Amino acid sequence: MKLWEGLEQDLNYNAMVSQRGILNLIHSDAQRDAFTRRGNAMILNGADADLLSTEIIQKRYPFLNVSNARFPIKGGLAQHRGGTVRHDAVAWGYARGADQMGVDIIQNCEVTGFRIKGGECLGVETSRGYVAGGKIAACVAGSSGRLMGKANMRLPIESHVLQAFVSEGLKPVLPGVITFGAGHFYCSQSDKGGLVFGGDLDGYNSYAQRGNLPVVEDVCEGAMAIFPMLGRVRLLRMWGGIMDMSMDGSPIIDRTHIEGLYFNGGWCYGGFKATPASGWCYAHLLATDAPHEFAKAYRFDRFEKGLMIDEKGVGNNPQLH
Amino acid sequence: MIINHPLLGPRDSAEFTYMGDAKQIDRPDWQSPNALAQFIDYAYMRDNPAGAHRELWYHEQGDRSFLVVTRDTTTHEIFSVELASDVARIQGRIA
Repeated sequence: MKLWEGLEQDLNYNAMVSQRGILNLIHSDAQRDAFTRRGNAMILNGADADLLSTEIIQKRYPFLNVSNARFPIKGGLAQHRGGTVRHDAVAWGYARGADQMGVDIIQNCEVTGFRIKGGECLGVETSRGYVAGGKIAACVAGSSGRLMGKANMRLPIESHVLQAFVSEGLKPVLPGVITFGAGHFYCSQSDKGGLVFGGDLDGYNSYAQRGNLPVVEDVCEGAMAIFPMLGRVRLLRMWGGIMDMSMDGSPIIDRTHIEGLYFNGGWCYGGFKATPASGWCYAHLLATDAPHEFAKAYRFDRFEKGLMIDEKGVGNNPQLH
Repeated sequence: MIINHPLLGPRDSAEFTYMGDAKQIDRPDWQSPNALAQFIDYAYMRDNPAGAHRELWYHEQGDRSFLVVTRDTTTHEIFSVELASDVARIQGRIA
């Protein structure tokens, strides 16, 4: 979180980091127990968490339908330092920062293979020639399976499509980020006024970068359950992105069995939030050949050793994480 | 997506539950000497191809059959649909 808070100063780039707060809604007693546990875990790890009553939520967010017959709002878990950030600006800021520190960014250059000799990775073959390197770090998201396949590696990962949506521009109506606890729906409002929201994966392997209508309907139903005020709002655009869904819903930051080849991936759809921390831990691994303290558990061999980090208890069903 | 069910004709994919790679039919023999390695591979490792993918769809909202659907993961085009029981029978896994 502190990496996000210092990001714009570190990079001298306006990434529109906005700590407007995130609120996870609670709809049942069991969910209150689960979110209380989550809040305690967050506090134990040094983050902030605040359990809010329905009265406080109603006061702060008067547009929420707290008495929906099927999914009444029973409370919420708030992380007031959470919020939104402009994803393009994060990419641009990092790219410019890296460039200024002497990193070569080669665009339109596809990796076509790895040069591996005697169990050691010496470099990558690309569409614009061979690039040698002492250490090769893979971090591509979405296409991890395809990339590592070029090194004859199979991964505990499936690629799935996740859709996102933007509504037409509205006056400011939504302070902060709100997530629906009974279905899968989250929403925030961009500075341009469009509501930015999304929900579940489509649920089948895909590299198509577009989804199907049943999920669109499901996401909009989730929106209507808690935000009846949005009934007349029109969708402006929607798109699908490819997610590396790992077998336990957690990422991998580890060395591979090939000497000199490193892997960071399987972030499911939570990767963007973790961008600075993921980079920090990966850089530590690359520099020292030892995992960062925070990323010790993100190992390749956790599946065979039974050390899965299971957040939801759905087992090896990547589409359900 | 429309899945052309071998028995019921064209059905909306929303009637189905996706059950992953069709290789899940090939459950390893638990008595083989390297059963542990085989089961780790079976349970957790995936080919995850970009292109033709054989996968299991369970007709939960219909006749509860499992289908093996061959689908292009880059276009969502469906090439063929078979009953999983037929596939297992051809492989000799069931009588």
